[in-house]
Amino acid sequence: MRWYAAQRAALAMLQLAVLSVLVFVLTALLPGDAADLRFTETLTPDQVVRLREQLGLDRPAVERFTHWLGNVVTGDLGTSLISGGPVVDIVKASVGATLVLTLTTLAVVVPLAVALGILMGTRENGRLDRAITSVTLGLSAIPDFVIAVVLVAVFSLKLGWLPATWVGGELLASPALLVLPVAVLFGRTVCLLSRQVRAGTITALQAEYVVQARRLGVPRRRLLLRHVLPNAAVPGVQELARTGDTLLGGVLVVEAIFAIPGFATALVDGVETRDVPVVQGLTLVLAVAALLINLGADLVCNRLVPRTELLR
Amino acid sequence: MSEALNRRGFLGLAGGLGLAAMTGCGADGGADAASQPKSGGRLRAVYAGGGAKEVLDPHVQSLFVDIARHKAMYEKLVELGPDLKPLPRLAEKWEPDAQAATWRFTLRDATFHDGQKLTAEDVLYSLSRMADPTSPERVAQSSLATLDLRRCRAVDQRTVELTLTAPNAEFPALLAGIGTQIVRNGFKDPTKPIGTGPFTFVSFEAGRSMVARRYDDYWDGAARIEELHVLSADAEARANALQGGQAEYANEMTATFARTAEAGKTVKIVAAKASTTQAFVMKVDQAPFDNPDVRMAFKLLADRQRLVDVVLAGRGQVANDLFGKGFQYYPADLPQRERNVEEAKALLKKAGALNKEFEIYTSDASAGFVEAATLFAEQVAEAGVKLKVTTGGSQTYAKDLLTKGMMGSHRSGAMPIPQYITDRLLSKSPFNVTHWRRPAFDAGFAAAQVLTDEVARSSKYSELQKSLRDEGGILAWGHPDYLVAVSSKVEGVQAVPPNTLDSSRFDKVWLA
Repeated sequence: MRWYAAQRAALAMLQLAVLSVLVFVLTALLPGDAADLRFTETLTPDQVVRLREQLGLDRPAVERFTHWLGNVVTGDLGTSLISGGPVVDIVKASVGATLVLTLTTLAVVVPLAVALGILMGTRENGRLDRAITSVTLGLSAIPDFVIAVVLVAVFSLKLGWLPATWVGGELLASPALLVLPVAVLFGRTVCLLSRQVRAGTITALQAEYVVQARRLGVPRRRLLLRHVLPNAAVPGVQELARTGDTLLGGVLVVEAIFAIPGFATALVDGVETRDVPVVQGLTLVLAVAALLINLGADLVCNRLVPRTELLR
Repeated sequence: MSEALNRRGFLGLAGGLGLAAMTGCGADGGADAASQPKSGGRLRAVYAGGGAKEVLDPHVQSLFVDIARHKAMYEKLVELGPDLKPLPRLAEKWEPDAQAATWRFTLRDATFHDGQKLTAEDVLYSLSRMADPTSPERVAQSSLATLDLRRCRAVDQRTVELTLTAPNAEFPALLAGIGTQIVRNGFKDPTKPIGTGPFTFVSFEAGRSMVARRYDDYWDGAARIEELHVLSADAEARANALQGGQAEYANEMTATFARTAEAGKTVKIVAAKASTTQAFVMKVDQAPFDNPDVRMAFKLLADRQRLVDVVLAGRGQVANDLFGKGFQYYPADLPQRERNVEEAKALLKKAGALNKEFEIYTSDASAGFVEAATLFAEQVAEAGVKLKVTTGGSQTYAKDLLTKGMMGSHRSGAMPIPQYITDRLLSKSPFNVTHWRRPAFDAGFAAAQVLTDEVARSSKYSELQKSLRDEGGILAWGHPDYLVAVSSKVEGVQAVPPNTLDSSRFDKVWLA
């Protein structure tokens, strides 16, 4: 176990290092820097040159990167080129909305996907199976933004039941703000998850130990919950970790459409304004989160079915 | 706590509004209610956001959302009227000397939000703060570069004397430019705004919102609304927020939105006619546009009405190759340029530019740029000119256009005509996209700017603009309307160009 942990940690470090370099290089390849982008109709070229010096953007890229890296190692994510405030503040200000959004989605999607998956798996190729399959497949086939626009048009603008955007709203005071964004993310993730649970259920139902348990007269309910589900859930949990990126992609779109001041919005802002420290900081936090989720998923699988090999 | 109650109450209200709209019993009696201004309530105004770029420091403002927020709390010495002519604001009057080099401004009896009276010292401090060279992001630095701070002085508590290194009869207009707000003497921390404006600061979150409350001692009469929220959101979210009853005012809306909104009853469109300028710019020092005949030929090939109809969806007016229709000093007596393909062909033939391929460098940096360029390419094709449309990156377009492309897309917001010329059409102008560098034009403009007699100055400006219209590199094709959308219960919103006194002015607005 200790050897395993060390291996995972080393791998994670390597991944983070590669990611940081990659993000830095990619943002450097974008046309213009943070000072250039201030050159609109308000700052003259002369002012931009002085601003660039002040921001330290006239120094060589390698020097800027090592300076950033040196700070990160000590736990300092640096300073935003645009707002002048610490990057940590931007992370803190934006993480809340995204966290609430994704956790709520998961809280809705996981139980539902598991239930649907078992329902479908136990009725393989039955009518119910086909009906659920059609609906969930259909949902995943429609792009997020289309679902979002339709939902807004119907439930907000036409019926006036739900708020259409987070603009002018406060989550604590009106939780209804969450309904439409979560619905969109739900449509995006429910299909794959339930399909995995379905497949796992079918495989488990056909497994010899289940057949044997059935012969021994284990009640159906107990059979499903104690013997089938843990095995059926393994592909589901792994899929859940993998849908992390799907969900993140969805959050990007959903945050933009509903004007949610979350992580994705901050990231897009950072890229648009060439605020390199902000982009670096946000991607780093995201990467750490993704690593932890994957690690968590592996550990959960190991608990569910102890023979699952660690470190694939 | 009361905030939470408000929000909840509001949700109910939003639902109610939706129902009212469905059953067709919207606020039709608005016309009567409109005549009687009412006090109280909360107004939420939504502007295009800038994320972390949004600032509280008024001297660093650049976005409309910043300008609206700062306007609620801070004021300038001078503001601009609907025709972009200077109007007294914190300065109740001004007087230049005979050379227009030294100006005396008399201050109004105004009080800051901390209870202190506005004094000459506040003005001097504010000006030096704007000009501080260690903060290059202060936007008024270049426009106020001729201000000789060492020779500016307080004559008495309410009079300040400002001296320029170069005489300028347009100086008051410069004090109405962006980033010229008057702050308290010694103002250091922009996160604690203290101004003389109609609202006092409550809270701010970059990329999201600013909340302000009515300032009861405001010198120009306390605002009617009690609480003002200035929020940020992109065009789609602005439309949704307004239609869903989550906002009462949405800035900078599209013609498409205006059309749908006007069909319903819950939203009103306030259109400031012909407020900005859309143009194609030709670099006059690059082939083929270094030849005046080619420039004129292109101007003759533009079907301006069609561009306005298609690109602006008809919400605008045709332009006459000049900036600032309807603004002070605009030469309205010049004939409108009409399309003339035959004459254009003759000019192109003379210049040897027929059947050649040229390129227009555009981007979706601004709504309608690519559409206009594409449509224009079709229009010049009728004279045998092939114009290739190249689309570049949008975020660096303003900078790229200075060096890239023989021709490009250009738009300009509302500003006084002399400022437009100073920024874009002089040899040393920082934003000279047409590369129009003519010593005679520079000299003519400098000579006009020192004339204290407005009529004489105006006629000089007219001559300069006439030469520009015929020889310059600006092919201005349209003046789009500036569209603001408000909820049907909002009254008192003026249809004026942006950057003027009555735009984004929420102290005169009320909820019926």
